[in-house]
This record gives sequence, C-alpha cells and structure tokens, in this order.
Amino acid sequence: MVAHAEIRVVHRGGSKINFREPVITNDSRFLLCASGESVKVYSSSSEECVHDLQGHTDLVSGIARNPSNHLQVYSCSADGTVRLWDFTDGILIKTFIIGYPIYSIYVSEKHGGVVFVVVPMANDKSSELFQLVAVHLPRSGDQEVEARELSAVLCDVSPSPGAASFGREGEYVAAAKGLQLEVFFFKKQKPYRFFLKPGIKKGSKNAFTCVSCHPKEDCIATGHADGKIRLWRNFNQKKEYTYSTLHWHHGAVNTLQFTPEGTNLLSGGIESVLVQWRYTQENQKDFLPRLGAAITHIAVSPDGSLFCTSHSDNKITIIQSCVKVSAIIQGLVKSEGVRTDLMIDPRSKALVLNGKPGHLQFYSLHRDKQLYNLDIVQQEYINEEGLDQFEVVKAAFDAHGDWLATVEERRQKGSELEINLKLWAYDEQTQSFVLNTTVTAPHEDQITAMCFSPSPETTMLVTISFDGHFKAWLLGASWSCDFVGGYHLLKPGCCCFSADGSLLAVGFQEVVTVWSPSSWELLTTLSQPPGAIRDLCFGRLSCSKYLLGTSTKNQLCCWNILTCSLEWSTPMDVSLLQADPLSENIAAFCSQSGCSDLFVFKPGEPRPLYSQRALCTGKVQHAIFAPRDQMLESCEEHAQWLNRSQLYFLTQHMDLMTFSTKTEEDRLLASSKRLMVDNSVAVTPFYLLLGKHRLQQQQQQQEALTNPMAERIQLPQGSIAIKELLYTPAHVLPSASFLCSMFVRSLLISSSSARPEFNPEHPVQELELCRPPHTGRVRIPILVYYRLHTIYSSPHTI
Amino acid sequence: MASFKPTKIPIYPKLGEKVTPDTLYWKNYKAPVQIKEFGAVTSIDFSPLAPHNYAVTASTRIHIYGPFSQEPVKTFTRFKDTAYSGKFRSDGQLLVAGCEDSVVRLFDVSGKVALRVFKGHTKGVHVTDFTSDCYHILTGSDDYTCRLWDIPNSTELTSYKEHTDYIRCGTTSKLNRDIFITGSYDHTLRVFDARVEKSVMTMDHSQPVESVLLYPSEGLLVSSGGRYVKVWDLLKGGQPLVSLKNHHKTVTCLGLSSNGQRLLSASLDRHVKIYNTTNYKVVHNFDYAASILSLALAPDDESIVVGMTNGVLSIKHRKSPEEKQEVAGKQRVRPVYRVFVKGRNYVPKKDDFFVSKPVKSHLAKYDKQLKRFNISKALDTALELWRKNRKPDITVAVMKELDRRGTLKNALAGRDEQNLSQLLNFLIGNVVDPRFTPVLVTATEMILDIYQAVVGQSSVVDRQLVRLQELVEREIDYQQDLLEVLGMLDTLFATSLPRKEVPCPGSSRPNGLAEGGLGAPGPQLQAA
Repeated sequence: MVAHAEIRVVHRGGSKINFREPVITNDSRFLLCASGESVKVYSSSSEECVHDLQGHTDLVSGIARNPSNHLQVYSCSADGTVRLWDFTDGILIKTFIIGYPIYSIYVSEKHGGVVFVVVPMANDKSSELFQLVAVHLPRSGDQEVEARELSAVLCDVSPSPGAASFGREGEYVAAAKGLQLEVFFFKKQKPYRFFLKPGIKKGSKNAFTCVSCHPKEDCIATGHADGKIRLWRNFNQKKEYTYSTLHWHHGAVNTLQFTPEGTNLLSGGIESVLVQWRYTQENQKDFLPRLGAAITHIAVSPDGSLFCTSHSDNKITIIQSCVKVSAIIQGLVKSEGVRTDLMIDPRSKALVLNGKPGHLQFYSLHRDKQLYNLDIVQQEYINEEGLDQFEVVKAAFDAHGDWLATVEERRQKGSELEINLKLWAYDEQTQSFVLNTTVTAPHEDQITAMCFSPSPETTMLVTISFDGHFKAWLLGASWSCDFVGGYHLLKPGCCCFSADGSLLAVGFQEVVTVWSPSSWELLTTLSQPPGAIRDLCFGRLSCSKYLLGTSTKNQLCCWNILTCSLEWSTPMDVSLLQADPLSENIAAFCSQSGCSDLFVFKPGEPRPLYSQRALCTGKVQHAIFAPRDQMLESCEEHAQWLNRSQLYFLTQHMDLMTFSTKTEEDRLLASSKRLMVDNSVAVTPFYLLLGKHRLQQQQQQQEALTNPMAERIQLPQGSIAIKELLYTPAHVLPSASFLCSMFVRSLLISSSSARPEFNPEHPVQELELCRPPHTGRVRIPILVYYRLHTIYSSPHTI
Repeated sequence: MASFKPTKIPIYPKLGEKVTPDTLYWKNYKAPVQIKEFGAVTSIDFSPLAPHNYAVTASTRIHIYGPFSQEPVKTFTRFKDTAYSGKFRSDGQLLVAGCEDSVVRLFDVSGKVALRVFKGHTKGVHVTDFTSDCYHILTGSDDYTCRLWDIPNSTELTSYKEHTDYIRCGTTSKLNRDIFITGSYDHTLRVFDARVEKSVMTMDHSQPVESVLLYPSEGLLVSSGGRYVKVWDLLKGGQPLVSLKNHHKTVTCLGLSSNGQRLLSASLDRHVKIYNTTNYKVVHNFDYAASILSLALAPDDESIVVGMTNGVLSIKHRKSPEEKQEVAGKQRVRPVYRVFVKGRNYVPKKDDFFVSKPVKSHLAKYDKQLKRFNISKALDTALELWRKNRKPDITVAVMKELDRRGTLKNALAGRDEQNLSQLLNFLIGNVVDPRFTPVLVTATEMILDIYQAVVGQSSVVDRQLVRLQELVEREIDYQQDLLEVLGMLDTLFATSLPRKEVPCPGSSRPNGLAEGGLGAPGPQLQAA
C-alpha cells in the first residue's frame, strides 16, 4: 500500500455551482459562486472562470460582499470559518474562526464590522435547530483570527439562506420558518412574530419558502409553497399588520429578490420562468420564459443592470435587465441517475452523459467546462411535477465518432412503453450531430444495452432488449434492421464486440452466446452457472482472445475464445468492468462491505497491476477510460496503467473522481497558475500594445502622486507606451477603424477602473480629492487619439 | 432562453405497395375521361397515322375519336347488326369491320359508305385484319372458317376450315404477308401460311381462346383464354414458355406497351394487369368499374383506352410534365416577388455595421395555442385540420403531445354535443389504424370516462357510441383471427425447419400492440 501512495484519488471538476446564490461584484464584471470547497470567480461577459479561491476545507455555504470594501468578499463554510478574499487577485486576506459549522452568511451596510451567520443551536452537528448570530469581527492584523464574540439575534431559523433578509438600512431582519415570519428590530431589540394558518385544504401549503425585504420601504415579500407571494406592510405593530397576495406561480416560489432601487420584485420557481413584478403596480408583470430548468436563486448586481439566476441543472444564467440572456455558465449537469453510461466522444474527447432532461451533455474534462448540449428528445419540456418525461436511457458512439445512437423512452402509468431509437450523423460543417434516422418502437420492451461494431468496413449497431431479442442495424443506403436474433426466449442483458468486430458476445441470463456478425451464425455458447451474466468485456490488443464476464453470483470469469474454455475464474462481486481502449488493461470495481475497491489487471496475467481498497463509499456504477492527449512517461510499475489513458468514475453521490500521479499534479498546478495571470485581464489588441507598459506607468504615477511637483513636469509624450505607438510604422499596426472604436471603449473602462486602484485606506486619499488624477491621465489618450487620426488619414496608409 | 419547440409530426411509413419505377410510370395518368357508347365495347384500334385516332366498335356502329376529343370525329353506321373488330390498315386509310350478319365491310376512313363488301361467311364475323402487304384481308367467323380476301377484286382467296368451334380472335404477321394466326373456342391456336393448304402449327391453350397477340419480333405469341395468359415460343415450334394466372375471371384482351417491355391483360374481373416481359411478374394493376372487353394503348403509351361491358369507354391520358408542375405550384399562394428581392441585392459597404436580427420562426396555429397552454383550443384547431384535409397525422400528434403534458383529459372535457360528435367521428375514423391506436385508445377511454354521465341524452352521440362499439368489437375479432393464423403459421414453420440451434426468425407480430390496447374500451362501452 505504501508503494501506491503516489496515486491519489482526486475530485476532477463538475462540482455544483448552483448550491448558493451567486454574488455579482459592484462593477458587474465578475460573478462569484460557491462551488464545492472553493469559490469560483467568473467573468460575467466571457463566461470564463478567472479565479478559483481555494482555502476552505469543507463545503462553502455562502458568499457576501464586504460592504466596506467592494473588492473583497466574505465566504463561509461548513468547516466553521469565515474567510475574507480579494477576488481580483485571488488572495485570501483573513480567516475568522467561528468554531461552528456555518450554513449561511448575511451582511448589512449599517452594521460595520459585524457579519450575521446561521449556526446550529446546540454545539453538536446533528442538531436540527439553527440560530442567527451576529459575529463581531475582531480588528487585528493577523492572518488567522478567532472570532468568539457571538451574540444571538434570532433563535430557531431555517438554515436556507433565502429564508432571512435584512430590511431597509439594516433596521430589522426578517426570517421565516415553516408557517411563522419573525421580524427583529435592532433598535427596539424586539421580535414580532406573524403566523399563517396551515391552509384549508391541502396541509401546509402556506409554508414560507423565501423572504426578501424592500431596500427603501418597509415592505417584506415572502414566497410560499403554494406559489403565492405575500407583501407584508405595517409589521411594526402586532395587530394592524396587513398583507397583499400575488399569485402567478403554480409551484412553490423558490426565490424572491428586490432590485436595488426597489422598483421591481423578481421571483422564480419550478416553472423556469423569471417573473418581474412592478412594485406598487403588481398586476404588471414581465416574463422571461424557458430558462431551461427550475430557478433556485436570483441575484441582482448592485447597480441593477445585471440579473443572474441559478438553475437546478447546475447552470447560472446572466440576464441583462430582464430582457436578454447574455451569458450562460454551465457546470456538469448531474441528473438523478446517469442512465446512459459515461462515454467519451472520439472526436472531441469530451465526456458524454445525460444532461438536462432529454439532452446529452458534452463535457470537456480538460477545461472543466460544458461544451454543448445535444437535444435528443426535441420536445418542449414541461416543468411540472408528476409528468412522465422522455428520458435518454442509452447512447453509443461508433469508433470514429461519425455516428451517435441514442435511445429515449417514456413509461406512462397504464399505457405501454414508448421507445425511440435515434441515429445521429456527425456534420462537419456545423461541427455537431444531426438527426439522421428515427426508429419508433425498435423493440417491444426496454433496451438494456447497445453497442457499435468497431470493424472499419461496416457501420453496424446492435441493440438488445428485454423482449428476448437482439437486433442488428446496418447502414446501407439508409439504416435498416439486418438481423433479429434470440436464444431460447431468454432475456439478454449485455453485449460486447471483440476488438476487431469479428465476434459479438451477448449474455442471455446465464449463457454467453458468441455470434459472427458477418454470417449471423451462432458460433458457440459459454456458461458458468450459477448466476446471470451482468457484464461482458473482450480483451484488447494482445489479450483479444479473452472474454471476461461477471455474474450476479459474485464470479469473475475469463474465457479463452480460441479454445472455448474457461481460463480462470475468481469469486468477486464486480459491479463494473471497464476495458482501456488503448491498452490491455481492464479495470474492475468491486463492492465490499459498503465500500468500493479497484483492481486493474491484464486478462492474461494472474497478478493485478494495481489495486486500491476502499476507494469510496457505495457502489461505483459508472466509469470510463479517457485517452490522454499525450502519453505519460511514468516508469513506476504500478502507475504505468495510467500512462495512456486516465480512469474517471462517478461515485454514488455523483462526484466525478479520477486517479492522478504526483508528477502530473505538479504539472497541472503550474499550468493553472500561468493561466490565471493571463485570464485576469481581457486580451485585446490594445492590451498587447499597452499592457506591458501599464504596470510601469502605474508605478511612476504612484510616485508622482506622492510628489506633486514631479507630476507637473511629466509630459504626455513621455510615456513609453505612447512613444511606441506613435513611432511604430503604421503598416504594422492594426487598422485604424479597428483600433479607434476599441480605444474609445478602453477610455471608458479606464476611468471607471481607475477608481479601484486608489485604496480608500491609502494615506494619499486627501490629496486625490483636491486634485483628481484622472484629468491628467485621460488627456493623454485623447491626444494620442487625435494623433492617430492624423496618421491614418494621411494618404500613404489608405 | 430557448425558443419554443414545435410539436413533432411523425412521418409514418406508407402502408401497402412499394413505390417502384413501374408504379410511378403507370400512376402518371390523369383521371379517366368516360364516354358512354350504345352497347358493350368489343374492340378498340388505334390508327397508325400521326394524330392517332382510334376506332371504337360498339353495338351497330364504329366511332372514330380524335386523341383529345370526347365527341366522335367520324361515325360508321352502315351495319345491319352488331359490328365487330374495327381495324385500321397500316397506312391508316382503310378500315375493315366484321358484323353479326356475316358480311365484312371495308370503309375509306374519310368516306361514309362501304368501299367493298365481302360476302361468303355464313355466320357472324368476329375477326378481321389486314395482311402486312395491305392487299388482303383476314377474317374469322363463327362458322368455324377463316378466309383471306383480295381487296382490289373483293374476291375470296382461300378458306381454312380446321377449327372446330367459333373463331373469336386472330392476328396477321407484320413481317410476312402470308402468315396469320387464329384462336378459337375449340381451345386451339393455329398458325396458317397462305401458301400452304393446311395450318403449319397448332397449339393447345386448353381454354377457349379470347385473344392473341404477337410480339413485335414475332418470335413469341401470347394468347389468353379462360383465366390464363400463355406465352408460346414460335421459333421452337410452338413450345409453351410460361403460363400466367393472375386474374380470377376470363381474360378478354391483351396489349403491349409501346417499348415492348410490358404486357397488359384485361379481364372480366375488372382489372388490367401489367407484366414485366422479362420475368412475367405483375408490376402494376388498374381497377375499372365494370368487366373489361377491350383494351388499347396509344403509341408511346400516351393514353390507355378501355372498353367495358356496360358500354362505357374509359380513356386515360398521360400527364404532361408541365401540368405536373402546375399542379404542385398551385397548392400554395406565394407572396409577391417583391417580398423576396427586398433588400436582397444590397451589397454591404466596407464599414457598415451589421445588425443581425433573430430569425422569427413560424409556428403553426396549434403550436401557438400550445405555447400559450390553450389546450382545448389547440385540440379544436387540430380537429379542424383533420376535417379540412382528412389527414389524421397532425391531430394525433397534437393529442399525443397533450397526453404527454398530462392535459389531454382537460382538453377533451367540457364539450357540447356538436363538438363531442366531431371528436367521436374522428375516433371512429382512426381508432383502428394501427399507427394511431396507442394514442387514440387512451383518448377514447378518457372520453368514455368523462361523458359516461351524459349517455342517453343525445341521439347523435349515442348512435356514434354504438358505431364505435361495433367497430371495436369487429377489430377485436380480426385480431383474434390473425393471432390464430399466426399460430398456425408458427407450427408450420416449426415443423418445416430442421432441428438446429437457429435464431428465431424475428418478432413478426403485426398489430400486436393494437390487439393489447383495444381490449380495454370494449367492456366499458357495454357498461355505458
């Protein structure tokens, strides 16, 4: 075991980004969201991940802007710490140790130096009761501070972050739980409680789901499980409070948010429609329909220009003032069960699996980013509970990635199964798959497995089904059924082609039948009772004469196809068998006493190459070997199996894991660091010209500021960047029309981004106010602009 | 924000015959023109000359029609009794016809009175024809004789009395002026040579011979009689080559398509069958309203003319290519030309800023209503479409979509008598169609559930419900019978196959799904 310590099981991407409400920065340029144990910073315009703020040791459970510094955010985590980050540079500034697992975090501008967090009431983790506490953050210069100054605000609150909200100017906090709304006034130090009846007909449908307070007026909006929104007013009296009801949602209201000016109220639910209510004119609503999946959170940028919605399919949509979707940040969609296995698209090397309902997602493993969704079902998705939807249950690629076969099924109570087999051809022009053929009802019962023949001459697909038959579909002028086979009316469970496509093995319960696809002759039958065959797999390359099978009665068998006899068998509860397409190696996942073990072996050799016990809890159901771009040069014997391809697997909790060696991790880390620096600034042609001098110039300016006399002397032409721009031959520069518009735009950004460079705590703040430095800086570009115009309007360049 | 995905209308495979080049060729005719004659049309003959007029012999007269006229351009009425076998000479100038009164008359096509009258037969003459040298006439009569006549002298040249029954068909060789063939009700075909006293070849058809036909090469002879069409090889001394039995009544007439690749046979069973002459398989079939007595094809298959026992002459003309396009173009009203060219020929200048407008997708009316969740209206629209064009695909697809959304029951409910009877009409028309059964059976069950309470209040709806019940019961009986037949076939196959580990020959259970689904509404109807 010690020798194997170098190979580690690591998380590889695909964590949830819709767990908590995302936060938009003040300048609307970045979007921060909690993603597993880290906080991710995305650019709101390019959808790219700019920084990954790592430091927490448990699930991050909330993010909040620092009200006193707009370049900093707080994040809280279940590890009991609140951390303060600088998100533009990705630096951890401070760590406050609270000591209890934190479930959500709130800040209020009026309460400086205080954050409000939700922690369990009792000290132990298993407690069901939570309380809202105010934490006074100690002012000290240390990196790590213990914050022990806690004072309880409200008891018995909901741990969900949407269930509490701070009111106008932080005067009160409203929290809802169950059927009770509690409002706590900080001045009076007094809570008011309001109760709703549990609802007349259908139990507790009146329950509160979320709360949002109006930023300018005394009004609280609450969402309810039956789809109603209530607007509460006059709640500073016990008796004379009033509420009005708005009703549009048919399902529960998941989230509510007032816009910063309080003119609009945004709400979202399972309907996946963003509803915008006009405050005080509630009968006027705007809708943004078909956002893809149920809305879980809504966030609004502080200037109100951007909305973003988190969706249940691990997606964040960025919307420009409720009219246009401007960007979509999509993580790995984790549906309930991955009914199509994991696959690798031979062309894009992307991981392919079930995505949002009725879609296949193509997920790039290298970039940890979803490439695209392929709509398989091509039907309008109806967001309603209790509907039987079409589900993509099987998918398969052929060897070159030219064809994709998918099976979708829909089972409705009281009526028969609807199955469609669809065949998609790769279209070079659109770089995507295009529907070629649809076969309705290809089988009379569920299709249990499907595979393409690897032989290069014919394109053939084999589907096997519970109706006792397997069918071969052949591509001639068009797709047609070539052969229907069966064996004693037994139900087939799995199938596998040999590496060269000359043999097809189909497991019929306890019997493995081997067929020749060229003549459709039954060549031989293999059987090793007791126990039905669960999985079949042919060996590759030098081991292609071996056929491996696992049975339900905990047997792993290996047959030699040449002699048609059992080579070896071993008692093992193998839940999954996966062959590496590039080597002889076969990975077997075994489940033993609640844990999964991994064995990697060659069928011809008696000793496993690699084994790891207690990989993760629960059964591993899905795994795939992803071929590497370039081969690794690892010489250690136990790590050689990772040289050609990498093994990914999905745990029971839908975490995507992989195996990595130490050398590889080092390399990855280095490359990611390099990437971070490049990504933080948008690369424009202008940046290439000016960016390298920007830093230098800034330093000079800083010096100049401390010494006002020096600043006066400096002339605009003195800048190195401008010198270079002006003295570079015109034919080397980009065209003037291209450069000018960008140039003007860059002026706008530079004046706004100039502000953050002057830290409020900086000692020269006073100086700045009396003599704004912008004037000098802006004038230089304008001069350059005019010079450019004169250069480019001279005849020799036109 | 994704756009609304419209309802998918599945394309169902067409049931019935396959589309072959032959079906395309023979379907490419216009709807037939029908002309009523005075009696059964016994013979049709096309003129070999350019406008290709054709002579139609019916009752006591012969009409000559132009290729596109529906009124006869010429009529010959100088017959005392029923006329037979009006035939053109190969130059198209003369026409000969037999008659029940045993006289053979020869007409000038432009004249009215008979040029020559040949008397000598003692009974009705059913067969007349010109020899290939144009100077002689062959006749065959019910007095068992066939004779050759000289036109210039109007004298009888030879007489053969070898047949022992009526001679009802005959033809002359187009290559040799002396050779001719006759067929008779004595079941024989005889080949005569005018230079020899006796017949040179005899073939036994074993049924009364109704029609004979020589191939253009004259190596093969086709005869029809009884239900059979037989092909004889003359070069091998009259050896039977093939015997076809595709009609279930007497085959009365034979024809050959202009390129000689297809053989046509017409029969009293009201069908015309078209055979491929290389493998003698039926490639196409025409149906007519009455028993067919005569058939002729215009040169180049421009038209098919068929005469029937009820005196109706049916003429089908081939569609011209321009007309085909015209029909296709007329179906849609196009926007004016201006709409398409508007702004299309504008060439953007170099510095122009492109503003791309999202392409507006067009949604059908029912899709727009589905988008707005107006489910009842969407169903109404779909039913309206069915009433307009009688194609149930869209209606069924909309029903399926509603069922998928779980709102079909709501869409079906709340209808008045007229609406409900329309819905039931649709179900009666389509519920037994195996392509639509899975969807429509659920809809039927829902309708019965919803409207159980109002049964008996409207006579219209009640009548339709009874009809639906009968329909379903009949369908269940059919399925039962089919299953029985399948069982029998299975046992037959099982005994005929050798005992070996053979994969079973597929799941050939047609309509298996319809059978399972249809069982349900039957008992419910009875309960209602």
